[in-house]
Amino acid sequence: MKLRIIHSLIITFWFMLLCFPLVVLKIDYLEKSIRFRWINLFLTGLCVFFISLLWRYFLSRRRKYFLRLPEHFFDLHQSRLIRSKPFLFIFSLVFLSLPLILPNYHTSILITAMIYVVLGLGLNIVVGLAGLLDLGYAAFFAIGGYSFALLNHYFGFGFWASLPIAASLACLGGVLLGIPVLRLRGDYLAIVTLGFGEIIRLILENWEAFTKGPSGIPDLPKPGLFGIQLDFYSSTIYLYYLLILCMLAAILVTKRLSYSKTGRAWVALREDEIAAQSMGIDTTKTKLTAFGIGAFWAGIVGAFFASKNSFVDPSSFTFHESAIILSIVVLGGMGSILGVILATMILVLLPEYLRFLESYRMLIFGAIMVIMMVFRPEGLVKSVRQQYDFKNLK
Amino acid sequence: MTNHPVLSVHKISMRFGGLNALNKVSLQVFPREIAALIGPNGAGKTTFFNCVTGIYKPSGGYIELNGPDLRPKRINGLKPNLITRSGLARTFQNIRLFENMSVLENVMVGCHCRTTSNFLNAIIQTSSFKKEEQGVIEKSYELLKLVGLQGSANLSAKNLPYAEQRSLEIARALATEPRLLLLDEPAAGMNPQETTKLDQLIMKIRERFNLAVLLIEHDMKLVMRISDKVFVMAQGEKIAEGTPGEIQNNPRVIKAYLGEEVDVVS
Amino acid sequence: MDLYFLELFFSGLTRGGIYTLIALGYTMVYGIIGLINFAHGEIYMIAAFIGLTFAGIFSILQFSLISILLIAVFFAMLFSAAYGYTIEKTAYKPLRQASRLAPLISAIGMSIFLREYVILAQTPDFLAFPMLFGDLELPEFMMDFIQPTETIIILVSFFLVGILLLFIKHTKTGKAMRAISQDREMAMLLGVNSDKIISFTFMVGSLLAAFGAILISAHIGQINYNIGFIIGIKAFTAAVLGGIGSIPGAALGGLTLGLIESFATGYISSDYEDVFAFGILVLILIFKPAGFLGKKEHKKV
Ligand SMILES: Nc1ncnc2c1ncn2[C@@H]1O[C@H](COP(=O)(O)OP(=O)(O)O)[C@@H](O)[C@H]1O
Ligand SMILES: [Mg+2]
Repeated sequence: MKLRIIHSLIITFWFMLLCFPLVVLKIDYLEKSIRFRWINLFLTGLCVFFISLLWRYFLSRRRKYFLRLPEHFFDLHQSRLIRSKPFLFIFSLVFLSLPLILPNYHTSILITAMIYVVLGLGLNIVVGLAGLLDLGYAAFFAIGGYSFALLNHYFGFGFWASLPIAASLACLGGVLLGIPVLRLRGDYLAIVTLGFGEIIRLILENWEAFTKGPSGIPDLPKPGLFGIQLDFYSSTIYLYYLLILCMLAAILVTKRLSYSKTGRAWVALREDEIAAQSMGIDTTKTKLTAFGIGAFWAGIVGAFFASKNSFVDPSSFTFHESAIILSIVVLGGMGSILGVILATMILVLLPEYLRFLESYRMLIFGAIMVIMMVFRPEGLVKSVRQQYDFKNLK
Repeated sequence: MTNHPVLSVHKISMRFGGLNALNKVSLQVFPREIAALIGPNGAGKTTFFNCVTGIYKPSGGYIELNGPDLRPKRINGLKPNLITRSGLARTFQNIRLFENMSVLENVMVGCHCRTTSNFLNAIIQTSSFKKEEQGVIEKSYELLKLVGLQGSANLSAKNLPYAEQRSLEIARALATEPRLLLLDEPAAGMNPQETTKLDQLIMKIRERFNLAVLLIEHDMKLVMRISDKVFVMAQGEKIAEGTPGEIQNNPRVIKAYLGEEVDVVS
Repeated sequence: MDLYFLELFFSGLTRGGIYTLIALGYTMVYGIIGLINFAHGEIYMIAAFIGLTFAGIFSILQFSLISILLIAVFFAMLFSAAYGYTIEKTAYKPLRQASRLAPLISAIGMSIFLREYVILAQTPDFLAFPMLFGDLELPEFMMDFIQPTETIIILVSFFLVGILLLFIKHTKTGKAMRAISQDREMAMLLGVNSDKIISFTFMVGSLLAAFGAILISAHIGQINYNIGFIIGIKAFTAAVLGGIGSIPGAALGGLTLGLIESFATGYISSDYEDVFAFGILVLILIFKPAGFLGKKEHKKV
């Protein structure tokens, strides 16, 4: 124990040394002044000390004990509670009545969260199930949002008329990106998708004549409800219910696909591409369906996102956005639907309500990605494949 | 009937940089035959399998597979999945299971080689989809029973003991309904009892599915017990072919194995 | 040859030199552990901030311009090597045995973390970077098509690549690096301490990036937390273009990319400057993933 503390102290000292020039010193070059912010150094040191204690502790017992309790705790697939009827009933009742009880502000936050759930589910197909590391997923989100915005801006299309087009275009984008990258290995694939994502964003930013450039496209309509005029308050509630439907659809479809020929082919591909091919799996088709269906969901919620904000601009679709969605998938547990939902609550909802965390949000995202990979690469909810029952077979 | 081989390979070659891993290897396997491919390590046996199954593109020669209608079909140049669909399935020397899928699902993946419903059917859950899915479950379970893994059907494949992983690979390959099964060192790492069981399994498979088997094996006792025909490779070339008895007494074969720790004449 | 062409040519060489310095870090790390070190661009960015901090201190202390430059370079190199070392130890080393995606995701996480760290510790805004090359003069006729700082960048980067090549070729450590990149297990059997060599590789890569960071920041005159991202991707493109894992390849790729970019922005349009680089990256990875000098590998089954 004593040794451990000494070791952590050494590490703390090392990190304080590393951080010193950036954390303590603040130079104003023009005014020729130096500010010393010693308090920062102290705080950093404190954090590093405790983190390093924990880090070393867990590293030493990784695999054996780490998160043993949570492992059962998060084993929600088998949890009776979650599957029990009364729980589901009460849960859905609360969830459905939330927008009627809560002020609009919270409804709006929940809508955002649900958008991320769907994004997470979509990316989960590509990364979690098919094992194709996609770092440009926000591009499909952008395609969805901009399809709606441009259709509305140039042709006066409403939300419902644009939605299928937005989804199809995103899906098409996924497949088109998929075709050239089929042969690429995992890490190259990651870089190419990142490049693709950036290219889409740069085009949106620079093609001012068509996309209105960085200033974006304003005045987008909300989804219509059989021609009934909705005020801002009720249209938000309406959007909330629509997104519940959208989310449920995404969950259902993912679940069904996951236990079909297609889904098994995705997972087989993730596990071992050569063995998958030797079992008769057409890798081309399998990868393209993964890209296509993954992008499809991004396209759908892209349109919802644009409609919710009444506005799109390129800055919503940066690499950061892709990284956030990826961390939802990674934190949740690759391939796990429940994991995506849980991770969205942690990564999207928590920072909304812990406002003081806001500026540390991305910092924590980054840290979480590293920590998860080091200590629990399978994510919070370990994805377990469905069990089958053979009693009536024999 | 017997004069039509299921698989006939004509002078295929494969090069890796300067290395001639396969040099004009030809061989034929006939229906319901159990053939063995033996040879010292590095002889090119696995490479031969990889060429036949389409994982490597051979640099010369051609490979024909007899269709059900007895018309030979060229399969070199085809992608591995299409070759599997034409009736050739294999296992791997260094086991390649889908580790995080359940044992049953591993076999189901194989079955899907012959199913027809697409992802839209799965989303809508059409009745034909459900029926097919149920059929796949049943068939996979049958295959697991055949190899003695029905008790572990819901385990993750990676949690199986080594020997059972090999059996699972065989079940998974069978699920694709092959006419020729290629086994790459199926007995490697097995103890004598397990090997005996494997013996019986291979015979049983042939009877039950009416297929031919080509296996790579270092366990000569196993080879002598079960094979109808033996091919011997050394340094990328086929150096002999014949019944187990003929092979045992072939001077070239004995020479090729000299220095190798394999007991040929046992 | 018209002057505009020459101007673009030299500005392309300058870019290429910087890309090369950063690409070396990607290429060496990839060569040794097969990881795309996503955080490498952020090391470059952090080096620029460290350089700025120390340049600031010593310019307030009224040191001469040349000594400020040397001090800034020195500290930037020192610290970035330390950062590189630390990052490897925390985010990558525990993942040696993990699946291939794990270190990559960890690297992305590290990269995000470092950006935010700089935003929080310093500022999200642009900062002015002192023009440390000051009043350098070139002969009259040259001034028409090349800036003094550009000559320095070009010369220094060529010089550093040369040194690195000699180092890899002739020193014991360099040989160990090559041994590990060819076959890590074999090298370890032969007594090479692979952990040490890997750390060393990260440090060398980082300090080369630091060199590049100070040079280009002093040339352009401003920095912010975002400079590492784009240039990191471009340097990676350069590494891939030349054949990832190959050091002369990194130089070749860097120069090619720099020139293409310079001419494309000069003759076509500067709006899409970054699109060219990304486009090249995507095309190369798709059509010739081995790059100019990389070797093609057969997947082993
Ligand atoms: N992908 C590859 N790249 C380069 N050389 C290979 C590759 N695969 C096999 N080889 C070489 O081909 C030769 C034959 O190997 P293999 O077919 O695995 O032998 P066997 O299965 O008979 O033991 C060996 O020398 C091996 O090193
Ligand atoms: Mg072999």
